[in-house]
Amino acid sequence: MRRWWTAFGAIMAKDLRAYYLKPPNISWGIIFPLAWAGMFLLRTGEGVGSARGLLAGLMVVSILFGTTSMLAVTVTFERRGRSFDRLLLAPLPLELLMLAKTVGAILFGVVNALVPVALAALLVDLRGINWGALAVTVPLIAVASTFMGLLVAVSVTEVFEAQTLSNFFRFPMMFLCGLFVPIARLPLFLRPLSYALPLTYGADALHGAIDGAQVLPLGVNLAVLTAFCVALFWLSLRNVRRRWIT
Amino acid sequence: MTMTAGAGIEVAGLQKRFGDVLAVDGLDMTVQPGELYALLGPNGAGKTTTINLLTGLARPDAGRIVIGGIDCNRNPKAAQHLLGVVPDESNLYPELSGYDNLCFCGALYGLPRAERERRAGELLQAFGLAEAGARRFGGYSKGMKRRLTIAAGMVHRPPILFLDEPTTGIDVASARQVRQLVAQLHSEGTTILLTTHYIEEAERLCDRVAFIVKGRIVQVAPLDELLQQVQGRYLLELTVPGALPEVGTALAAALPQTTVREAAAGRIRLESDAPIAVAPPVRWLEEHGLQVTEARRVQPSLEEVFVEITGIEAQAMRNDNGGGSGGGQGGAA
Repeated sequence: MRRWWTAFGAIMAKDLRAYYLKPPNISWGIIFPLAWAGMFLLRTGEGVGSARGLLAGLMVVSILFGTTSMLAVTVTFERRGRSFDRLLLAPLPLELLMLAKTVGAILFGVVNALVPVALAALLVDLRGINWGALAVTVPLIAVASTFMGLLVAVSVTEVFEAQTLSNFFRFPMMFLCGLFVPIARLPLFLRPLSYALPLTYGADALHGAIDGAQVLPLGVNLAVLTAFCVALFWLSLRNVRRRWIT
Repeated sequence: MTMTAGAGIEVAGLQKRFGDVLAVDGLDMTVQPGELYALLGPNGAGKTTTINLLTGLARPDAGRIVIGGIDCNRNPKAAQHLLGVVPDESNLYPELSGYDNLCFCGALYGLPRAERERRAGELLQAFGLAEAGARRFGGYSKGMKRRLTIAAGMVHRPPILFLDEPTTGIDVASARQVRQLVAQLHSEGTTILLTTHYIEEAERLCDRVAFIVKGRIVQVAPLDELLQQVQGRYLLELTVPGALPEVGTALAAALPQTTVREAAAGRIRLESDAPIAVAPPVRWLEEHGLQVTEARRVQPSLEEVFVEITGIEAQAMRNDNGGGSGGGQGGAA
């Protein structure tokens, strides 16, 4: 067991050093959420006073784009260059190996989510936020989002395919998950689709934590989000076993 | 087949199909602990697929694999701690230094920090890479990359080492160095399964050689036993620029007790049970308007055994090199 954790720590540390702590990614992690925040503040025309209302959406979008973009590099790219074979040859259970490969992205997603919070703290009054609920929800959204990226990364061969396929679900999800437009205001036929998406529950939990405006109870949101995490991870492992250990 | 314990490899009836292609076709193989065993065959013979099946990177359709006494069919991961694998491509991390790559590979096998750092230093020294240890792997030459990849395969001191085409595509000097390192590992008791399409490499390094063609082992024997098959034969190699392959056949017909071993454009190899005089074939060729630029007697080697058993011309194997110089005759250490 101890040697498994040595390997786990090494994979995680290597990815953090080789990918996540590189200046381009650090700047991506800061600039991207700032750009989203600026864009929505300008678009609404309501000035900085509306920042708190945008916070949940900005946090989720920052996590979603930050995590899913990185998996294409840390998994698909390494698979393409065959260095991923080295990991598959290590005497480490596949579950632990894939968790080690995703921890960096999860942490990156959480840090990404903190950028809009830090920005909002400078502009508006953040009193009344349920920080406990936020502290549980943000990592869980990061896990779900990372595992979505993982599923894409292990379902394609090329990095560009991973990026293209990610966009296929990322952009619709932004508009269907109640991030910026409440689900109740969506056309009736789209609403079932909204509830089939994991981020709907993450966004609802965040709206609840920030504004107390959730539709579902926090426990339900977290439970459904957890179920999505388990399902996505299981599907990813199945794909690795089917496609990469042929 | 009896399955025995120990750091050896036993394979029975191994089979792997990719679509319509039967890549490994009922392969049986036993590698004794401490043995250096070569799988020799052309590209596409099933060598890399066999290694992938043995190391857990691929799943067999049928057959049994026992490594170090562990049944790998039941749990492909169970024997991985015994294995060092050097793939046919140098697949370390380009953004990490040589030293960091070795430390990382040690950590994958659970080596504690102090031990992997000490081991990385030792290996960089042993592989002549101490000065390049702090440099990024991506900036290494092909030969350096190959050496570091081999070092990475043995960082956790595995009792069994898989070497897939270790000298393909590297320069002669690096290939020589790699072969010396392999010989040293063998002398230290590591079980080594080496795949190669360089006949000279197998001949110089291995205890036993298996010829693999179309996913099947067609012959396996200790090297001296294989070489006995060509003892008492004599070869004469003639370089005749511009000569077509048919010239060789006509020449052999003109000379008593002589057969053509190999005839390619510009090169003719004659074989006989008795010593072949140089003058008659040279004279015959010159009388037919051809110029002989070189004539040399060749010691029969594993190459002749391979050609005889598999029917694959040695030249075709060399052409498989893809331009690499590491395993050519000139490169054999």
